[in-house]
Amino acid sequence: MAPGMESEAKSPARESAPDGRDPTRSFQDMILTLHDFWSANGCVILQPYDMRMGAGTFHTATTLRALGPEPWNAAFVQPCRRPTDGRYGENPNRLQHYYQYQVILKPSPADIQELYLASLKAIGIDPLAHDIRFVEDDWESPTLGAWGLGWEVWCDGMEVTQFTYFQQMGGFDCKPVAGELTYGLERLAMYIQGVDNVYDLAFNQHGVSYGDVFLENERQMSKWNFEVAETDALFDLFAKAEAECRNALSAGVPIAAYEQAIEASHVFNLLQARGVISVQERASYMGRVRDLARSSCEAYAEKMSPEWEAKYPGWRLV
Amino acid sequence: MADFLLELRCEEIPARMQAGARAELEKLFRKQLEADGISVEDLRVWSTPRRLALIARGLPLETEATSIEVKGPRVGAPDQAINGFLGRYLADREELVERNGVYFLERLAAGRPISRVLQEAVETLVREFSWPKSMRWGEASISTDSLRWVRPLSGIVAILDGDVLECDVPGVPVGRETIGHRFHSSGTITISDADIYELKLLGHKVIVDHEERQNIIREGAARVAAEAGLTLVADEGLVIENAGLTEWPVPLLGRFDEAFLDVPPEVIQLTARVNQKYFVCEDAGGKLANAFVCTANIEAADPAVVVDGNRKVLAARLSDARFFWEQDQKTPLAEHAKKLSRITFHEKLGTVADKVERVAKLAEWLASEGIVPNCDPALARQAAELCKADLVTEMVGEFPELQGLMGGYYATKEGLPVEVAEAIRDHYKPVGQGDEVPTAPVTVAVSLADKLDTLAQFFRIDERPTGSKDPFALRRAVLGLVSLTVQNGLRYDFLAAFDQAVEGDLSLETATAGGHFASFVIDRLKVQQRDAGVRHDVIDAVASFGGDDDVGSERDIVRLLARVHALQAFVTTEDGTNLLAGYKRAANILKKEGWQGGGEPEHTGEEDPLALVDAPGMAEIVAEQAHPSGTHLSYTLEPAEKALIDALDTAAPRAAQAVEAEQFADAMAALATLRAPIDRFFEEVTVNADESEKRKARLALLARFRDAVHRVADFSRIEG
Repeated sequence: MAPGMESEAKSPARESAPDGRDPTRSFQDMILTLHDFWSANGCVILQPYDMRMGAGTFHTATTLRALGPEPWNAAFVQPCRRPTDGRYGENPNRLQHYYQYQVILKPSPADIQELYLASLKAIGIDPLAHDIRFVEDDWESPTLGAWGLGWEVWCDGMEVTQFTYFQQMGGFDCKPVAGELTYGLERLAMYIQGVDNVYDLAFNQHGVSYGDVFLENERQMSKWNFEVAETDALFDLFAKAEAECRNALSAGVPIAAYEQAIEASHVFNLLQARGVISVQERASYMGRVRDLARSSCEAYAEKMSPEWEAKYPGWRLV
Repeated sequence: MADFLLELRCEEIPARMQAGARAELEKLFRKQLEADGISVEDLRVWSTPRRLALIARGLPLETEATSIEVKGPRVGAPDQAINGFLGRYLADREELVERNGVYFLERLAAGRPISRVLQEAVETLVREFSWPKSMRWGEASISTDSLRWVRPLSGIVAILDGDVLECDVPGVPVGRETIGHRFHSSGTITISDADIYELKLLGHKVIVDHEERQNIIREGAARVAAEAGLTLVADEGLVIENAGLTEWPVPLLGRFDEAFLDVPPEVIQLTARVNQKYFVCEDAGGKLANAFVCTANIEAADPAVVVDGNRKVLAARLSDARFFWEQDQKTPLAEHAKKLSRITFHEKLGTVADKVERVAKLAEWLASEGIVPNCDPALARQAAELCKADLVTEMVGEFPELQGLMGGYYATKEGLPVEVAEAIRDHYKPVGQGDEVPTAPVTVAVSLADKLDTLAQFFRIDERPTGSKDPFALRRAVLGLVSLTVQNGLRYDFLAAFDQAVEGDLSLETATAGGHFASFVIDRLKVQQRDAGVRHDVIDAVASFGGDDDVGSERDIVRLLARVHALQAFVTTEDGTNLLAGYKRAANILKKEGWQGGGEPEHTGEEDPLALVDAPGMAEIVAEQAHPSGTHLSYTLEPAEKALIDALDTAAPRAAQAVEAEQFADAMAALATLRAPIDRFFEEVTVNADESEKRKARLALLARFRDAVHRVADFSRIEG
C-alpha cells in the first residue's frame, strides 16, 4: 500500500458519506456490489489469479472450468496486463493494467440476460434512463482453441461488457455451454461516476482516487514495458516457461502446465511491447503460445474426463 | 380458411443476419407447406432483434385428398407373398388392380388437417433453419445434439385461428405468451390470434415490422437533423442496421466539439458510422457539421442523458482519430514510405517497398513513353513512390478503408504538388464496375502502373485466379486496367506493358505467364463488354489469342474494341453473314485438302518474295500469291475465278490499308465487296479440278481470300 493512501484513509470523514455503500460514487463499492449480487445468485466469489495475464478469460476458473460437465458458477475480479496499451499515465482511457470483472455461469442459465441486466441496475444503471443494447460480437481465442457467440453490451453507445456463450474451449466442445460476462470495470465506473479521466475515478468514498492508487504504477510500468525490460532475459523466460510447460505436461500436472502457458503468453506480450519481435517471428511465437495453451487444456480435459464420465454417465469428452 | 401466426423469440439476433433470417423463414415455411400441396398466397414475415414473426392467411383447413398407389407382387406370385402384401396394408384381395402383370393397391389418402401440417412445418423449420453461425446453450447443451439457433431460442408463439398449435420443440415453450419491449414492458403478453399480434406488441412498445422501424429511423433521423438546421447524410445501410438493433427506435441528435472538425470529414463519418452506428449531418453549405444522430431503443426518461453518453463515446473515438491525424503529420510521407520495407507484399514478391519501386518505374515509363499522354514522368514517379506510404500511418491502421484518401490529405498538408496528392488519393480507383475512373494524367499513370504490376507479378509467379478463388483480387485489377485504358483512350500493346512490368524477364515461365495474362485480359474484357452487348466470339475473332499463330492478334485494347465494334456491326449485315459463310466454306476446303499454304507472306513489293522461300514446293504458291492476277497461268481462267481475283486485287489492299489507318468500318466495307464474287466462285467453279494446276491455283486463290479476310479478323472464331 502506498504511504499516501494510508494518510488519506486515516484522515477523518471527508465530504463523502461515510455510511453505506454507493456503487455510483466509489470504484470499490461498485466491485463489492457486484460481489454481493453474484454471490446472492449462487456464484463462488474468487480472488484474482496470482499471475500476470492479458484477460480474465485466462483465469483457470474460466478456461479450465468451462470444460467438463459439472455446473460451475463463479465471479471474480481479474487484473489484466496489456503492455502495449500503456500510455505512461497520460491517456484518459488507456492503461497497461486494468480490471475486469468476470462471471462464469455453467450451464448458461435461461435468464442470464435478465441476471446481467439486474446486476447493472444494482450498480446504478437504470435501463429506462440509459440505452442498453446487445450488439453482435463473437469471441474467438485461437490461443485457447476457444470460441463463442455473444455480444458487446452497449450503454448509451459505450461498450461496457463482453457477453459470450462459450462453444468450444481447448479445442473441445463445451458440454454444457457456459455463459461468460466480462465487465470493463474502469469504463463502467467512469460512466457511472460521470468522469472523463480514469485517474479521476473515486476509488473509495474517502477521497482516494484511481490515480492515487495507479498513476505512478502506469508511469513506471509503461516505461519498463516499452523501454527498460531486459529483452534477453525475456527471451530466456519465454524459453524457460515453454520448457517448464512441457515438463509439467509430461509429469501429468496440466494445471501447472497451463500456468506456464499463461506466463509464456505474458512474456510474449512484453517482447511485443519492447518491439523486438519482427512480423515474421510474431506468427511463430503466437503459434508456440497457442500450442502450450491448447496442450495444457487438452491434457487437463483428458486427465479429468474419467472422473467426469463416471459422475455423468453417458457424458463423453469428445 | 385459416390464419396462422408464428413467432420465434430469441436473444438478440445480429442485425446483419435479420434479412437473411426472414428469407430463410419464408423459404422453409413455404417449402414445408408446398410439400403438402399448399401454396401460401398471403404471407408476411417480420423481424426484430428479439423475434422472427410470420403470419400466413387464407390457409386451407385441410390438404387435398390424394390417391396413393403401392406396387405389389407380380401376378401369379405365390399366395404367401400376396397375402403378406395385403396384410401389410390391411387390404382385401378385391382391392388389387392388375397392370402389366403386376398387382397395384390404390388407396385414397384423406386430406390432413392444417394443424398437422403446420405442426410438422414448425418442428422441421426450427430444426432445419440455417444461420450463418449458430450455437448451443443451457442445460440441454450437455449434449452436442441439442438444438442450435443463432442465440438462445427462448419461446415460440404458434396460433392457428385463435388456438395454440400443438408442437414440440425440445426445451422451448410453445404457446400464446410473448414478451414486449425489453425495458418498456414487463411480464408476459397473451396473444389471442394472428390479427391482434402486431397491435398488441405495439402497445408494449415493439414495432414488429422491420420496414416500419426503418421508416421511423430514416424519417426521424432526417427530421431531427432538419430541426437543428442541418441535412442528414443519408445512409441506407445504417438505417437497416439500426432497425435491426431496436424494437422501438428513437433517433436523437447530439453535438460534438467543433474542434474535431479539423479532422477530415471522411474520418469523422467513418468513426461515427463503423464504431458507433451514428448518422452524420451537413450544414447548409454541404460541409460536415459537428452533429451526429444516434438511434436509441428506448423512450428515455431524459433523452439528453442518452445523448450525452453517446457524445462522450464519440468524443473519445474522435480524440483517438485526431491524435492519429496529428501524429501522422509529424512524419513526411517519404519517411512513412521507408517503413514499407518491413511489410511483406507476398512471400515471392518481396515487400511493399519493392512493389512501390516497381510501380514507380512503370508509372515513369507509362509517362515517358507517352502511353499516358500529357503526364510528367517525374511527377508520376514521385506520386508512385508515395502512393502506399499511408498504409503505415496510424489512421489507416485504424481505418484501412481510408487508404489512399489519407495519403492524399497528408500529401496536401505537406505541400506536395496537387497532381501528386490527387494521384495518391485516387490511385486505387476504379475499385469496381461503376466506380469513378481517374482521368488526371498522373493519377492514371500511377493507377495503371499499380494494377499492371500486381497483375504481371502474380501471373509471373503463377498465382492466377481459379474458379471462385481470386485471393489477390486480380479480376478487379484487370477490370481497373481495362477501364482506365478505355476511358482515357490509352494506346499501348498490353503484352509489351507486361514485359515492361516483369522487367525484361525473358524466361520461358514468364513468357508463358504473358500468354496467360493476355488470355486473362481478353476473358475479362469479354465479361466487361457483355453488358454493352458486345459478343464474346467477335472479341475472340479480333483478339485471336491461343490459336496456332497470333499474327494479327490485337493487343491494343482501344484498337481492339474499335475493330470489335466495326466487326460486330458487319457480321450482322447480310453481306457479313454471307461473307462469313463463304469464308468458312473456303477454310473448310483448305483444311480438307490439307492446304499448307499458310498465311500470306509480308511483302513490300521491293524484295523478291521467292527469296523468302526455301521449301521448293512453296515457291509455286508464293509466286502465285506474288502475282495474284494469275496472268502467268497456262490455263484460261473461268469468269468467276477471274472476278474473284479482280475483287481481291482491289479489296485486299484496301482492307489492309483501312486496318492500318484504323478505319475499321472501311475495312469491313472492303470485305463486303468480296461477298458477291466468293458466292459466284463457289457456284460456278470446281475447286477440286482434275488438272493439278487448276486445283492448286484455285486452292491458292481460296487461301488468298481466306488470308485477306483474316487480316481484318479471324472469322473462324465467329459463331453462326
